[in-house]
Amino acid sequence: MAMADIYQNNYMSMAPTERRFEPYAFNGGNILAVAGEDFAIVASDTRLSQGFMIHSRDHPKAVQLSSSTVLAQSGFEGDITTLKKHVKIRIDMYEHNHGKKASTSAIASMISKMLYYKRFFPYYVYNIVAGLDDVGKGCVFSYDPVGSYEREQYRAAGAANELLQPLLDNQIGHKNMEGDFLPLSKEKALQLCIDCFISAAERDITTGDCVFLHVIDKDGIATKEFPLRRD
Amino acid sequence: MAGGAADCSFWERVLAKHCRVYELRNKERISVAAASKLLANMVYGYKGMGLSMGTMICGWDKRGPGLYYVDSDGQRLDGNMFAVGSGATYAYGVLDAGYSYDLPIERALALGQQAIYHATHRDAYSGGNVNLYHMKETGWEHIGWTDVLKLHYQYKNEKK
Repeated sequence: MAMADIYQNNYMSMAPTERRFEPYAFNGGNILAVAGEDFAIVASDTRLSQGFMIHSRDHPKAVQLSSSTVLAQSGFEGDITTLKKHVKIRIDMYEHNHGKKASTSAIASMISKMLYYKRFFPYYVYNIVAGLDDVGKGCVFSYDPVGSYEREQYRAAGAANELLQPLLDNQIGHKNMEGDFLPLSKEKALQLCIDCFISAAERDITTGDCVFLHVIDKDGIATKEFPLRRD
Repeated sequence: MAGGAADCSFWERVLAKHCRVYELRNKERISVAAASKLLANMVYGYKGMGLSMGTMICGWDKRGPGLYYVDSDGQRLDGNMFAVGSGATYAYGVLDAGYSYDLPIERALALGQQAIYHATHRDAYSGGNVNLYHMKETGWEHIGWTDVLKLHYQYKNEKK
């Protein structure tokens, strides 16, 4: 009987049976955010997949957290749902306790701590927070899954980040180039975000169906949609 | 600080909090020895759980200038010169060649910058910019933030 516990009851082989705990999956997709002088743009595709299977063609990866903050997430959908739920609750609690809305930088630092408090069983989630800061300037905060975060001008994360980030480094960061460059306009940033996703959808199988754009400025948050290839 | 980015930034923040609380309770700044021991004891409690940090804690207190090395294994050393991180061996190569205890400040700053530059040159995991700080009795001064590309050509021209 003890043998049957450890070994599969098969007289052809006495190899031990391995049972694994697999708490994570990867649900694909991409997220991207760009900060301008007085605006921020968050772009994300709406495909939810696992392996070669598409679960949904209409699943937004970005969510509005306040009148000037948007959170985009990619990674394991189970952890995304849980983390998002807790973040929203904490923001509601902040507003009740302090009688004011949470600033983008306050939300950003809170998310860092929420991620680190699961340091030894992490949320498998890549987060990007974008919005306007305390003085109305565009801001983007990007994270690793255990809570290291940084304020930046632009960031791409998700399955095809290796395709998207170099494009942004070239077009927005003007990396390894000499000369003076014009500040980034909202129109150019918007078109660049769409073009990034068209390129990603071309090569990455987990990206496609639709890009969802959030444009955050002093007038509020506007949303736009742009179709992508659906294969 | 070197190692896990989140581990470093999180525990640095917790250490800063403890140091601030010490200051409020005792009406006096914490010593470098005590601050470094606070960090060493905190991370020692998590030993074997996978934290990854290599840190140097530098400051000025009643004993004068202080420098401690603290890592996530719980090791804590005091000394006059340390290099930490994936490129530390390369940095030590430059540091040992040019170091003496009574180095003038300008030369010491240049040596530190050169050590980091050479580490970024040989170590694939290091690079970007070199930050320089001068820890004085009155607090630290940020000396510079220099792109390694600029240093590369600067050192190249000096060699000629």
